[in-house]
Amino acid sequence: MRSLDPLDLYEIDDLLSDEERMIRDAVARFVDEKALPLIPKCFDEARFPAELIPEIADLGLLGSSLEGYGCAGLNATSYGLICQELERGDSGLRSFVSVQSSLCMYPIHAFGSEEQKERWLPEMAAGRVIGCFGLTEPHGGSDPSNMKTRARKDGDDWILNGAKMWITNGNIADIAIVWAQTDDGVQGFIVEKDFDGYEAREIHAKMSLRASITSELYFDNVRVPDANRLPNVKGLKGPLSCLNQARYGITWGPIGAATACLKEALDYCGERELFGRPVSATQSAQVKLADMARRITSAKLLSWRLGRLKDEGKLHPSQVSLAKWNNVRMALDIARECRDLLGGSGITLEYSAIRHALNLESVITYEGTETVHQLVIGRELTGHNAF
Amino acid sequence: MKILVTLKRVVDYNVRVRVKSDGSGVETDGVKMSINPFDEIALEEALRIKERGEAEEVIVASIGGDEVQQQLRTGLAMGADRAIQVSADGDVQPLTAARTFLKLVEKEEPGIVFLGKQAIDDDANQTGQMLAALWDRPQATFASKVELADGKATVAREVDSGLETIEVDLPAVLTSDLRLNEPRFVKLPEIMKAKRKPLETLSLEDLGVERAGGIEAVSYEPPPQRGGGKVVESVDELVSELKSKGLL
Repeated sequence: MRSLDPLDLYEIDDLLSDEERMIRDAVARFVDEKALPLIPKCFDEARFPAELIPEIADLGLLGSSLEGYGCAGLNATSYGLICQELERGDSGLRSFVSVQSSLCMYPIHAFGSEEQKERWLPEMAAGRVIGCFGLTEPHGGSDPSNMKTRARKDGDDWILNGAKMWITNGNIADIAIVWAQTDDGVQGFIVEKDFDGYEAREIHAKMSLRASITSELYFDNVRVPDANRLPNVKGLKGPLSCLNQARYGITWGPIGAATACLKEALDYCGERELFGRPVSATQSAQVKLADMARRITSAKLLSWRLGRLKDEGKLHPSQVSLAKWNNVRMALDIARECRDLLGGSGITLEYSAIRHALNLESVITYEGTETVHQLVIGRELTGHNAF
Repeated sequence: MKILVTLKRVVDYNVRVRVKSDGSGVETDGVKMSINPFDEIALEEALRIKERGEAEEVIVASIGGDEVQQQLRTGLAMGADRAIQVSADGDVQPLTAARTFLKLVEKEEPGIVFLGKQAIDDDANQTGQMLAALWDRPQATFASKVELADGKATVAREVDSGLETIEVDLPAVLTSDLRLNEPRFVKLPEIMKAKRKPLETLSLEDLGVERAGGIEAVSYEPPPQRGGGKVVESVDELVSELKSKGLL
């Protein structure tokens, strides 16, 4: 009987096109050869490996699913596979690309003027302009309709006041896509880093996403020209549609993190001998490992189906919620269990399980907490909004 | 000038190779396959030569079933202009490969045929040399540096005693060593463009290649497991241990 790939028991590879596999393998090689040699030390030192940005851009990973303006125009599954491979390296790396691509380039592409697209997108695809996305505020992230940041019209300009919290890339960003209440509903503004009254402060002492930059943004009477307002969207559907793009990618990312943990645990348990036999020959280890493979397999199938639905233009936000909930929970649990299987080694950065587990504590919180996604599904099932 | 680069599909170098339980070969089901790393280096060098304006076209060729199209597409995504698949079932021995490439050489008339010095699956290290003999042209193998000028290639070769530099007249066969270059990363937009580049499929029969049958693989077995090490207390004990094993 033929033997199966332990990391692809259902041969989900066969569901991918040749191009999709090549894209995945190209990103995987970058992660293995360029990112993973740096990541554990960056995590230890709480430093984002900004030196990787030119190579990330050169590979075509920034705004990869957008058409034109120097972007690759890849399909949804390819974007998902990019997220998967980056997060096999580190959630911080994937977060950087998610924010740049889905939260910053996507809204400019979808809601921006032609001048805005031509000014920003090619530079952002090339990694020369970095973006961050300001929606969440200090008083809470799950209730964006209660937004406090306001933009007031003043002649041809807007005056922006307020604060944003938990902003990935904040301190390295050249521009911030900031969502603010106006008399016309929520609107998006491109705030440039040298605008007077704009300040980004890095959040320190994080125990998660340490190889990623997280900031607070402050707007004190920031004057923003109307030319920097995203003209083609009003209301919360603007920022929420960005989140839907990013969350789609986040359903794939944790598959990478979980796969890295399972592979490491399989290798470790196969080599570590206790009581005269490898740990992997014990029932307790096998039950755990088998259960991980089961959960990774179902997560992969969810994301694969989601990718096909997205390319067919049929993706429903509740479908994304189900997969974000399932896949991040799956990966967080697996990372914690792998940390346990590795024994004492599992608490060090020489192995990746604890780093992934700590990172996934953020991933389960950002872009809609697990509870928020459960309530989205609850509402879908019952018709009652229980938020 | 055209450069013909040959790409062999092999088990990826990161994969821990497993022998099939019946000893008939190496497990390839569900195993990641890649371009032979030395061939990838050869392709990288050919692309750099073209980018310097010293060649006009880079053609990649591979022998095997339709699965080798994956490696050819990767070669196209790296930057090759077109690809040729020579379809063939089963084991292709070095002499068969050399005869096949000779037919492609007659068809394409390249100035350089660039191969990896060997494939990491069978480590034969024969195809390039055999091709040079069949073609009756010079060969410069184990290249770690290649410079072209005035219809000649100056090639630094990695040999046991260090580096040997030779000059060969083109057309010639070159084979790459590990330190020749570091192959580029495939860029995602190039993967999409590669879909539209031409890939021609021929067969051994179309080319009139006679298969060579000189080598028969009898059985495969994994290398023996390494025994445990031993900690010695002193240099004297180390010396006597080594002596007792006939190592000193």
